[in-house]
Amino acid sequence: MAPKLPPQHTLEQSSATTTAGQAQEHDHHHGGPTGIKRWLLTTNHKEIGTLYLLFSLSMFFIGGIFALVVRAELFQPGLQLVEPEFFNQMTTMHGLIMVFGAVMPAFVGLANWMIPLQVGAPDMALPRLNNFSFWLLPVAFGLLLSTLFMPGGAPNFGWTFYAPLSTDYGPPSTTFFIFSLHIAGISSILGAINIIATILNMRAPGMRMMDMPLFVWTWLITAFLLIAVMPVLAGVITMMLMDINFGTSFFDAGGGGDPVLFQHLFWFFGHPEVYIMILPAFGIVSAIVPAFARKPLFGYASMVYATASIAILSFLVWVHHMFVVGLPLAAELFFMYTTMLIAVPTGVKVFNWVTTLFRGSITFETPMLFALAFIVMFTIGGFSGLMLAIVPADFQYHDTYFVVAHFHYVLVPGAVFAIIAGAYYWLPKWTGHYPDERLGRWHFWLSVIGVNLTFFPMHFSGLAGMPRRIPDYALQFADFNMVSSIGGFIFGVSQLLFIAVLIKCVRGGEKAPAKAWDGAEDLEWTVPSPAPLHTFETPPDLTSQAPQRH
Amino acid sequence: MRMVLAWVTGMGAAFLLAPAVYANGWNMPVGVTEISQDIYSLHMAIFWICVVIGVVVFAVMFYSLFRYRRSQGAKADNFHENTTVEVLWTTIPLLILVGMALPATATLQKMYDPSGADLDVMVTGQQWRWHYEYLDEDISFTSSMSTPGTQIRGEEERADEYLLDVDNPLVLPVDQKVRFLLTSDDVIHSWWVPDLAVKQDAIPGFVNENWVRIEEPGIYRGQCTELCGKDHAFMPVVVHAMEQDDYEEWLADRKEEAEAEANSVDREWEMDELMERGEQVYGSVCATCHQDDGSGSGEFPALAGNEEMLDDVDWHIDAVVNGVSGTPMAAFGGNLNAVELASVITYERNAWDNDTGDVVQPSEIQELLE
Repeated sequence: MAPKLPPQHTLEQSSATTTAGQAQEHDHHHGGPTGIKRWLLTTNHKEIGTLYLLFSLSMFFIGGIFALVVRAELFQPGLQLVEPEFFNQMTTMHGLIMVFGAVMPAFVGLANWMIPLQVGAPDMALPRLNNFSFWLLPVAFGLLLSTLFMPGGAPNFGWTFYAPLSTDYGPPSTTFFIFSLHIAGISSILGAINIIATILNMRAPGMRMMDMPLFVWTWLITAFLLIAVMPVLAGVITMMLMDINFGTSFFDAGGGGDPVLFQHLFWFFGHPEVYIMILPAFGIVSAIVPAFARKPLFGYASMVYATASIAILSFLVWVHHMFVVGLPLAAELFFMYTTMLIAVPTGVKVFNWVTTLFRGSITFETPMLFALAFIVMFTIGGFSGLMLAIVPADFQYHDTYFVVAHFHYVLVPGAVFAIIAGAYYWLPKWTGHYPDERLGRWHFWLSVIGVNLTFFPMHFSGLAGMPRRIPDYALQFADFNMVSSIGGFIFGVSQLLFIAVLIKCVRGGEKAPAKAWDGAEDLEWTVPSPAPLHTFETPPDLTSQAPQRH
Repeated sequence: MRMVLAWVTGMGAAFLLAPAVYANGWNMPVGVTEISQDIYSLHMAIFWICVVIGVVVFAVMFYSLFRYRRSQGAKADNFHENTTVEVLWTTIPLLILVGMALPATATLQKMYDPSGADLDVMVTGQQWRWHYEYLDEDISFTSSMSTPGTQIRGEEERADEYLLDVDNPLVLPVDQKVRFLLTSDDVIHSWWVPDLAVKQDAIPGFVNENWVRIEEPGIYRGQCTELCGKDHAFMPVVVHAMEQDDYEEWLADRKEEAEAEANSVDREWEMDELMERGEQVYGSVCATCHQDDGSGSGEFPALAGNEEMLDDVDWHIDAVVNGVSGTPMAAFGGNLNAVELASVITYERNAWDNDTGDVVQPSEIQELLE
């Protein structure tokens, strides 16, 4: 095993400082705000990280309930439970809440908790900004959810809110939706600035960029993506706002505008956005796989370069969401080639993980199970992505359930499984207790079965011709939909086990030492478990260490 | 570990069995055009490439998981980084991709050549129906879903063509190159028939192009594939492909009907005639929003007992012909002819106990349209 742990003297120093830190913590909080104010006013990266994670978890359940309404209606052909108007609100809100409310804040929460610990920093670079970024989110999503109770209902035009359906034909609540997305966008940009500032300025002495854990690297790149594209989203929704309320015609053909411009702008944001939701997942899996294979990651440097390549390519592929919009042949070809290219760095990542497993010494604790499932199912999602890149075939796949299957494979057993894996992996550090293995295994197997029952049949219904976003369907799709619905409910209900694991783990369980997993590397495992409120007030000195990564 | 194996075997069996159970309707249709067959071949080629790569990668992965278990005493190796391996697993995928891109490019170039069309059809998406116009033949009509609400609500047994049947299918000749020009009157729709491998967005303010040369007579069904509002699920596409002779016969009948209708504009129409025609037009064009019984739904007002409409016949005519601004009510003056407009307005003024006794003559409307 690579000697990646800091040398003994560093370890002693850091545990000494953290013991001192615990003593200081007592002083700090003596007379500090208590009760609700403690959480409202906190500037501590661990507390804010916890807030982000709890917020994300609650959004995951709310968005999940919306998905189950959709799946319940689609259990059988015909309209049984909801009207088409409400069905459209459910698909829209499910997408918006999951993307902006569940997956993105979960990664920011993990970044808040782990990045300072992984780079040996005492906190985030901008702690007050950190507090502000978090508390914008409940405002944004409170506003978004309140549209469900407004006259005309919530947004009903899909999470991609194509004009003119969302502008000239949208419900009155569209303006609230725009405002809430603006607020969530500001939160993301501020969070990204904070993460970049922390990583670039607050690494422990001696930690070079190429010594950083991959979770830090992937987040650094993700944060730059966020800063690059969130303003584009802000721009496009501001143009919508103008079209709706101030008489402009950016997207209204009747006034000389261009509905296709909307799609270009949206996807110029939207495609990097998909990578924003997967790159940190790569980082998590790249931490877990070596830890439980007890073997260093096969190619650290190539993983960093692959992540950077994916990020750069993400700005050059947005038109693959628009292949049937009626663009010139040259544009279709260019974007087909760039999209296919993404398979190369993505392949490099998968090959690296698999090679890391080869000749390891492997155990299958819950974090590892979720990480392994991630590799398999993310790869399946990658394959369908490659199929979708082939433009002629995309004329058949586009806007069918095949696409729904594809992006759910990369987002649910992809991003969401990675987040869950990260939670199981770092829970001992957060709570001082190991998560319950038996419950964890149940959670894992039920999730795997549920997710595959839900999304695998969607490949078939899509290929057979079922369009997405329909509340009722032709009879030949009935069996696949019934299976999907059953799977959806299995997956949804089994997430309650995750809650049980979390509660149990916070309350007690087997005590975890500082280095909770024997194969785990990185600085976070040098501080006690649970991590005291203040860590690394004196940074660990890594200058005397031999090069770690390669 | 045994569970992993059980899972892998179980999933594998399920995936292999699925095709057997669903001999029809689990894969992309091969279709009835050269392009659709090319696309199907591309689809299967890329699929099998993915399967092969997947089998190799997952085989190595599951072998490692099985072979190098710590519980079986595996000791971890420490190797990492190997330039040869890394160059190989970057270049080999690249070559496979180039191999895939070549046929895809060739097919796409074929698809992008609509030149030399024998027939041009303008396809206009409207919430929630399609309007077809044969550009050189002076024929146009609206095509709406004909599946009744009773089937959707489960009050009646669902037909085989549930949600995929229309009142007026698009009729096309086989072995002729048909060019589609697609646009929309309101939001973005997308016109798709899987068997023809034609899917093209219909966008307001744009005219998109696509084309088809159907090789076999038959009835081909598809749906709108771009979310276009509440009845997105209920705007099917049905194409009836006929031999040239049958097509010409159909064309002649259609023309005759159109001519007869045009000639009948000037004559005095009886109430009963107008009501009968009006009910037909209403069912095809108006009922999706205002409902069969005129009771309305959501933002679409009830027409039964609607005072604004019943008190003022001129307002009513204006609303139907020119639309109502600030509401979803579209202008139908361009899509329906004078007879259709007059009859549907008469129908709305007298159906469902509205009983105004008003008769709106096609000639009145014709004047207005001119």
